Amino acid sequence: MAIVEFKEVSRVYRNGDHEQRALDRVNLQLEEGKFIVILGPSGAGKSTLLNLLGGLDNPTEGTIMVKGRDISTLSANELADYRAASVGFVFQSYNLIPTLTVIENVALVKEIAPKPLSSHDMLKAVGLADHIHQFPSELSGGEQQRVSIARALAKNPDILLCDEPTGALDSETGVVVLKLLLSMAREMGKTIIIVTHNQNIAKMADVVIRVKNGKIQSCEEQANPMSVDEVDW
Amino acid sequence: MKRLAVKNLLGRPGRTAALFFLVLLLSLTLCGGGLVLSSLRTGLGSLENRLGADVIVMPAKAALKTDLDTLFLQGTIGPYYMNMSTVDKIAKTEGISRLSTQIFLSSMRASCCSIPIQVIGFDPESDFTVSSWLKESRQGSLDEGRLLVGSRVNANPGESIKLYNISCPVAGQLQPTGTGLDTAVYCTLPTIRTLMTAAEDLGGYSSISGDPSETVSAVYIKVKEGVDPKDVADSINVHVRKVKAVQTRSVITTVADSLSGLERILTLLIIAAAVLVWLVLFAAFTLMTGERKKEFATLRLCGLSRGRLAGLVFREAAIVSLLGSAAGVGLSFLLVHAFSGALGNALGLPFLLPSAGTAATLALAALFGCLLAGPLAAAVSARKLSRADTGLILREG
Ligand SMILES: Nc1ncnc2c1ncn2[C@@H]1O[C@H](COP(=O)(O)OP(=O)(O)OP(=O)(O)O)[C@@H](O)[C@H]1O
Ligand SMILES: [Mg+2]
Repeated sequence: MAIVEFKEVSRVYRNGDHEQRALDRVNLQLEEGKFIVILGPSGAGKSTLLNLLGGLDNPTEGTIMVKGRDISTLSANELADYRAASVGFVFQSYNLIPTLTVIENVALVKEIAPKPLSSHDMLKAVGLADHIHQFPSELSGGEQQRVSIARALAKNPDILLCDEPTGALDSETGVVVLKLLLSMAREMGKTIIIVTHNQNIAKMADVVIRVKNGKIQSCEEQANPMSVDEVDW
Repeated sequence: MKRLAVKNLLGRPGRTAALFFLVLLLSLTLCGGGLVLSSLRTGLGSLENRLGADVIVMPAKAALKTDLDTLFLQGTIGPYYMNMSTVDKIAKTEGISRLSTQIFLSSMRASCCSIPIQVIGFDPESDFTVSSWLKESRQGSLDEGRLLVGSRVNANPGESIKLYNISCPVAGQLQPTGTGLDTAVYCTLPTIRTLMTAAEDLGGYSSISGDPSETVSAVYIKVKEGVDPKDVADSINVHVRKVKAVQTRSVITTVADSLSGLERILTLLIIAAAVLVWLVLFAAFTLMTGERKKEFATLRLCGLSRGRLAGLVFREAAIVSLLGSAAGVGLSFLLVHAFSGALGNALGLPFLLPSAGTAATLALAALFGCLLAGPLAAAVSARKLSRADTGLILREG
């Protein structure tokens, strides 16, 4: 059964008279445990799609089913609970809280998520065991992004949503972070959706979705995706 | 969540300190202002209590030179005296129930005091104006030559004060009244007459004409039930020469009038200051919330509901407010206590710290006011924020 299902989903932004169809009657089905890459030009509607799925926004039309539950009509509080329990986010910006240490930034989710994992284990897994008492400002960009990955996974979500997670990193660091993100999500059996401009990442994906002008252009399954090590970065 | 609030506060010490001081200021305004106001009230109350007399008679010269209200604020009417024969004439007036005499003597040369000290002689037998107030605090008998000192006279029981070369043992110290009487010393009529003779021998005191034992500064009168003090005062003014009889009511009224004027101004000032600080506090919390927009968005992103986010902000504000207002309350007690004398002098009104119960009520009210202000300001600004689109904020960042 599909973990995610979009049915005729549209998101329209209105600016006075001007109407912007960021998503236009999108239909989509995503299987559980898959690694999905979303590609598309700037302004295509990729982030809009991810935000809707992440419960950060409600669609203008259509329904979004996640694990058989319609999230398109949830109230603000219900959406907060949905985010707490079911989704982890990794954005281009790391969104760490500057006044909290690394471990505190991750442990934060314990107060919020219903079934959190050990913050310490997660930080160890992203290779930051030695930095847990430092503040975000004392870390490099790649390290900060690893903290935010640890935080997203510590929530133990069903779906991991990543919007250009390496966008702010140099390509070398980006590859390291991406590899880490993928191997961990795989190991933990998470459904992972990444929005990216990096064509190489697409080679590893189970599913590649191309978005343009608010519409799904193609949704290809790759029978034999490359492993992380096979990809020529 | 509680730990998160504390961590956020500690993580931004500058911001936390600024908020703390703002709340402290608000609390200081509320509690300190309230203390000053209630001290003035208490002072007036003590003045009223102590004025057991309905009519005071003093030498006409004194009445010309002395403001009536300063009589009780400063304690004496200066070096003006009348004869015992005059007192006898006054005593014959219709409608008098009780009558008692007092003698005032000013000394500039007490060995113990830097301020000019007032000596007040009264007759414990006939007295009805000071006795009741003296009784409670009296710690020794007031025999020949012994003194009771006001609360602000720097001498302890057992020590002696030298007045006109006569060493007078201190029998006890009186409770504060908030008036100039606190810097006076009290003794019996025989004692003060001895002192007056000594003063004359030293040549330091020359305005007494005649025998000190025949001299009186003021006569205090209590009228019989149902008699109008005004009639008694009028009758004395008509029938006895060279004296001026006044109703104490008029003294109280003068003080009460200037007090209520001052009270109004003070209350307005306190309200204005409190409103101003409150606005600044509100602006500070709003600015702070704006500055923390991204931080809050991150928490919302992780799945924190609006209600719990508002709770977090509220909790932080409540912690700062509680500490700040407690410090402000403490500081206002310290300041008002330390400067109560100076404040009373500056305002020219009786100034007496209120009872513990009143003070505690004031402190609680100020605490409550501050506790309400900070979190309310925080909650309003947090509410405004939670309307903003979380995703948008994060993408902007
Ligand atoms: N809050 C908003 N208000 C108005 N228009 C918006 C808003 N968010 C997105 N849009 C518009 O919707 C369209 C899709 O935006 P979206 O952010 O989803 O694009 P994207 O595919 O993520 O682009 P990029 O690769 O540049 O991040 C764009 O034309 C954008 O201008
Ligand atoms: Mg985008």
